Amino acid sequence: MRFAAILMAAASVLAVTASAQAQTPVKVKIGVLTDMSSLYADLAGPGSVWAAKKAVEDFNATNKSLQVEVVAADHQNKADVGTSVARQWYDVDGVDMIVDTPNSGVALAINTVTREKNKVFVNSGAASSDLTGKQCSPNTVHWTYDTWALANGTGKAVTKNGGDTWFFLTADYAFGHALERDTSEVVKANGGKVVGNVRVPINNADFSSFLLQAQGSKAKVIGLANAGGDTINSIKQAAEYGIVSGGQKLAGLLIFLSDINSIGLKTAQGLNLTSAWYWDMTDANRAFAKEFSAANGGKYPTMVQAGVYSGVTHYLKSVAAIKSAKDGAAVVAEMKKMPTDDKLFGKGEVRADGRQIHPMYLFEVKKPSDSKGPYDFYTLKATIPANEAFRPLDQGGCPLVKKT
Amino acid sequence: MFELIGVAPQALFGQLLLGLINGAFYAMLSLGLAVIFGLLNVINFTHGAQYMMGAFGAWMLLNYVGIPFWGALVLSPIIVAIIGMIIERTLLRRLYHLDHLYGLLLTFGLALILEGLFRRQYGSSGLPYDNPLPGGTNLGFMFLPNYRGFVVIASLVICLATWFVIERTKLGSYLRAATERPDLVQAFGIDVPRMITLTYGFGVGLAALAGVLAAPAYQVSPTMGSNLIIVVFAVVVIGGMGSIMGAIVTGFGLGVIEGLTKVFYPEASSTVIFVIMAIVLLIKPAGLFGTAK
Repeated sequence: MRFAAILMAAASVLAVTASAQAQTPVKVKIGVLTDMSSLYADLAGPGSVWAAKKAVEDFNATNKSLQVEVVAADHQNKADVGTSVARQWYDVDGVDMIVDTPNSGVALAINTVTREKNKVFVNSGAASSDLTGKQCSPNTVHWTYDTWALANGTGKAVTKNGGDTWFFLTADYAFGHALERDTSEVVKANGGKVVGNVRVPINNADFSSFLLQAQGSKAKVIGLANAGGDTINSIKQAAEYGIVSGGQKLAGLLIFLSDINSIGLKTAQGLNLTSAWYWDMTDANRAFAKEFSAANGGKYPTMVQAGVYSGVTHYLKSVAAIKSAKDGAAVVAEMKKMPTDDKLFGKGEVRADGRQIHPMYLFEVKKPSDSKGPYDFYTLKATIPANEAFRPLDQGGCPLVKKT
Repeated sequence: MFELIGVAPQALFGQLLLGLINGAFYAMLSLGLAVIFGLLNVINFTHGAQYMMGAFGAWMLLNYVGIPFWGALVLSPIIVAIIGMIIERTLLRRLYHLDHLYGLLLTFGLALILEGLFRRQYGSSGLPYDNPLPGGTNLGFMFLPNYRGFVVIASLVICLATWFVIERTKLGSYLRAATERPDLVQAFGIDVPRMITLTYGFGVGLAALAGVLAAPAYQVSPTMGSNLIIVVFAVVVIGGMGSIMGAIVTGFGLGVIEGLTKVFYPEASSTVIFVIMAIVLLIKPAGLFGTAK
């Protein structure tokens, strides 16, 4: 008996030294914090979790130095729920990085917690440009899009095409306010005028009253500073109230692929929108979309889900480069130092304020007769080059940017 | 006079009419709840899910079977009502002798399960459903979509017919008697359990009918019911639990009040109904049309 015990102890000592010689992989834990069940679940949600896992799988195929685990949780679009999940993850569960997090209100809260705990926050789903503006943090990277880029894309294009008076239908929380603010500035800078606005509570079903106010304002353009289900309902009901046939134009400032699927091309055709990514642009995107669709019940990936893939990939490369995930600020510093390059977003960079830079695209929604298959929704109208797509570094008011 | 309150009369009339349209949905849903509570003493939390199933039923009938809106308007409520009656027969029936709370928990749980199943199958952002009555009429003060006009008239007819059946016909009197003294009514040779099943089916059918009516106007999505049901419960509480007329009048009334809030102070439009509920409960705990037991 005693002999056996000695043997076992010896064996285990040997095993430990053996694995130490084979270089233990660095452990990394990624938390996908997203909306799993409510209005943003289709544009992020389970699809984002899949994208994060896919990024890990692809990374592991070429690089064996990391041992990565992915966990996920539902923030229910509540900042307090999101914050408590984040604290639990960081303090107890050993999560090193949080990714995705649609809903600007929740994202701004996670931004603060992540900085306090010195971890990493790579945001793909939220829109507020404050994440890389006044509230920028040495621990946060904002990946896919933001309110400034959307305003600069759709807002500019619509105003320059003669839509010079605007009325805003705004979701009444951090995101809507930021989008309205950034778009108003673009409208004014291009010689337009904002004639009114109405602040609508989030997750509203009936927009007819607000649409009637917009109609009464006689503005040429009705700017929809909302997202997800709210945008879907506004566009659907605007058609019902004859707003577009009455000569006013709708400008959906943030429209996702999943929204178009839900509105239907018949109602959505002709809409202009700005997006960071579309599945039918390159072979790599199409291959990704095909795999995504097979794993997600036929849905196609949105720019948010593609951004999760791209962001996680760059994060893992940076962790592998500095061989530790423990110091969040150091990882983010490495993410800013190393140029970004992956199959979905191509080559780019992460700026000093945490903004990832890539081109943005202006699309038009196809007519039903022009659509050849599932999710064949967009025609490319213009590409906004990376150096013009996002807010200039010195205009965001981010304290991390050194004044020259 | 209208200029005094800072809104042009045209805009005001428009908003009043819109309030009525929304009120039509509140009225139909709260009517179903009131009927079920009045006769079964069950607080039916599955109501929102059944409303959602009505809308999905219409979508499925169109996309899988090819039956258009007008057919779905009849078929979908019947199908959902049958599912409701099965639930009543197999599950709810076992809870009548227990406290209200158990019925509430069961129906709430069922609502979560149904919603989750539909979300798993169809995603959360909803499905398109074409408007069966496109176009509209210019009333001078506003553009009224034909479909919305139809919704108001249809729901008024349905509500009044329900009220008439329950309060003014012989069948209605049996139903009301069965709630007071089921044993006595049974002694007169009336099959009370079957009546209760049919009543539950009827209430559920009303919810599904509202769902079909909502499909072209709102998105057909798994969460459409749970977003609405809380407001509808507030409507029922304000009107008085179990009062048929109360549910109809408060449904339309609160729709109008909410519509006006959307003009004067839109930020409060999602809360105004609950403020009214709090005030009503303080002053008249049984609700505006309810009678204290």
